[in-house]
Amino acid sequence: MKIVVCIKQVPDTAGGVKFKPDGTLDRGAMLAIMNPDDKAGLEAALRIKDQNGAEVTVITMGLPKADAVLREALAMGADKGILITDRVLGGADTWATSQTIAAGIRNLDYDLIITGRQAIDGDTAQVGPQIAEHLGIPVISYAQDIKIEGDSVVVQRQFEDRYHVLKAKMPCLITALSELNEPRYMTPGGIWDAVDAQITVWGRNDLKDLDDSNIGLKGSPTKIAKASDKVRKGEGTMFKDLDPDAAAASIADVLSEKHII
Amino acid sequence: MDFTLDKKHEMARSLFREFAQNEVKPLAQEIDEEERFPAETIEKMARYGFMGIPIPREYGGQGCDVLTYVMCVEEIAKVCGTTAVALSAHTSLCMDPILTFGTEEQKQKYLPDLASGRKIGAFGLTEPGAGTDAQGQQTKAVLDGDEWVLNGSKCFITNGKVADVYIIIAVTGIVEKRGKKMKEISAFIVEKGTPGFSFGTKEKKMGIRGSSTYELIFEDCRIPKENLLGQKGKGFNIAMHSLDGGRIGIAAQALGLAEGALDLTIAYTKERKQFGRSISQFQNTQFQLADMATRTEAAQLLVYKAARAKDNGPVYTVEAAKAKLFAAETASWVTSKAVQLHGGYGYIREYDVERMMRDAKITEIYEGTSEVQRMVISGALLR
Repeated sequence: MKIVVCIKQVPDTAGGVKFKPDGTLDRGAMLAIMNPDDKAGLEAALRIKDQNGAEVTVITMGLPKADAVLREALAMGADKGILITDRVLGGADTWATSQTIAAGIRNLDYDLIITGRQAIDGDTAQVGPQIAEHLGIPVISYAQDIKIEGDSVVVQRQFEDRYHVLKAKMPCLITALSELNEPRYMTPGGIWDAVDAQITVWGRNDLKDLDDSNIGLKGSPTKIAKASDKVRKGEGTMFKDLDPDAAAASIADVLSEKHII
Repeated sequence: MDFTLDKKHEMARSLFREFAQNEVKPLAQEIDEEERFPAETIEKMARYGFMGIPIPREYGGQGCDVLTYVMCVEEIAKVCGTTAVALSAHTSLCMDPILTFGTEEQKQKYLPDLASGRKIGAFGLTEPGAGTDAQGQQTKAVLDGDEWVLNGSKCFITNGKVADVYIIIAVTGIVEKRGKKMKEISAFIVEKGTPGFSFGTKEKKMGIRGSSTYELIFEDCRIPKENLLGQKGKGFNIAMHSLDGGRIGIAAQALGLAEGALDLTIAYTKERKQFGRSISQFQNTQFQLADMATRTEAAQLLVYKAARAKDNGPVYTVEAAKAKLFAAETASWVTSKAVQLHGGYGYIREYDVERMMRDAKITEIYEGTSEVQRMVISGALLR
């Protein structure tokens, strides 16, 4: 069985968010980590490998320094690492990113693709499902449990108050939640091997079936007008001990006062 | 000379640091208070290969170097001195002598279980009348047919009751050296559960209170002839070689304690307010912190240098002695300053620096006191 796990290097928000004067993230000034949902996806793949045997390939798109998350994944137990990096691919939104990664995955044999639900920097939750769409395979998002049954996967898809159990034939794509599991640590020997390991690096020319109009900043329909740190919310007002009608009326009054409605 | 760490050691350090913070730190206070061995932590360390870091892969280890192992002890000691010494005694005092002096059969038999952490190792040299003076050994081993028969006792043994495999030093006869009658000393591998091998009292200690420190008792304990480690009569050399390596482990433990106490003290002095400002704004605090940081970093350089010397081998006795001497005395000094800068709170058990100060003291005593290290260092100078 061959599993491809898509991972992303993201800024470590625990150390605070820093911006450049133009409003974009200053990634160089922030520590970088493996996106937590992606790490859970990797752990899920490694558990399948432990139980059923599998070859786990991790793939990422990013700056050359994103090679660090691939090596971390190898030190945890992944078998191969692929870095897609090229100047012309920079500035990609979710559309261009998913086009690019899907093109990379077309170079590989796979039964299962696992991505994180969303990255803590962009928070879109779009890239995983878009990759599935480009590859023409089924997608099951928000996985909180994954089981392999023959040539199918059985996945618990999380909802706010329940979960759905879905079964899909492989090849398919699953997006994982960080609640899915507790990712393992690297091992010291794994680190030694990972640092010496050969990472496959692909540029634009290694990606087939990829139109230039769908890559990089130019191929990105999304334009970011402004990015900002989370604004601290005020305490808010509680309407207590009101019946539903009175409560609804009070809320409507406030919204109207603020010219929201 | 380049003091920067390469990628492997940098990544390993980040792993050890994350593991120590998440898995070791939460239990540190509890195991000290309850004087309980952190078996669950050791099990987790075993799962990630921490129990066999410098052991070659062919024997089930991680195949890393001594510096990586030392950094693991250091990062763990930053948050828990007890867990760090359990790792150090297991690695340096049990696995290392088997790896260095064992036969291929002994290595195949013992190392995979030890390196994977399925079994824990310990080392028994010290006796009530023989600590620094190894010639004072009373434990005897007599060959009877195909078995060695051990009689005697060992005290203050780290991992005493939790270990499965023990390196035991015993007297196997009397030999004449330069006209003087000397005890012939040999080393043995003894397994837990061997009839005649039992445990005496558990020591109640000032620090490293979660460490399983026991007396080992041998009463007509019969072990197979092939459990002799190295050559008969070479036990003293084996013990001294093991302690050279062990001292680097203890030096790393001491270094970690100093670093941990320094980190906590920096944070505390920034928070603690007196006379309307944080105490870190007083020059006395600033100068104390500067001295603590300087000595701690000097200790780190000596410890890493000793680890490198062991990696490059074969002799690293003096480097190990210097590292242990300086790191241990630094740990005691820095942790004591840390308590002082914490004021009354530092004396309260709820604060980690209180435990660290108690834990630090033993690093000046076990695996060769600071006085013994000075003997070793000066002996080499005046040879």
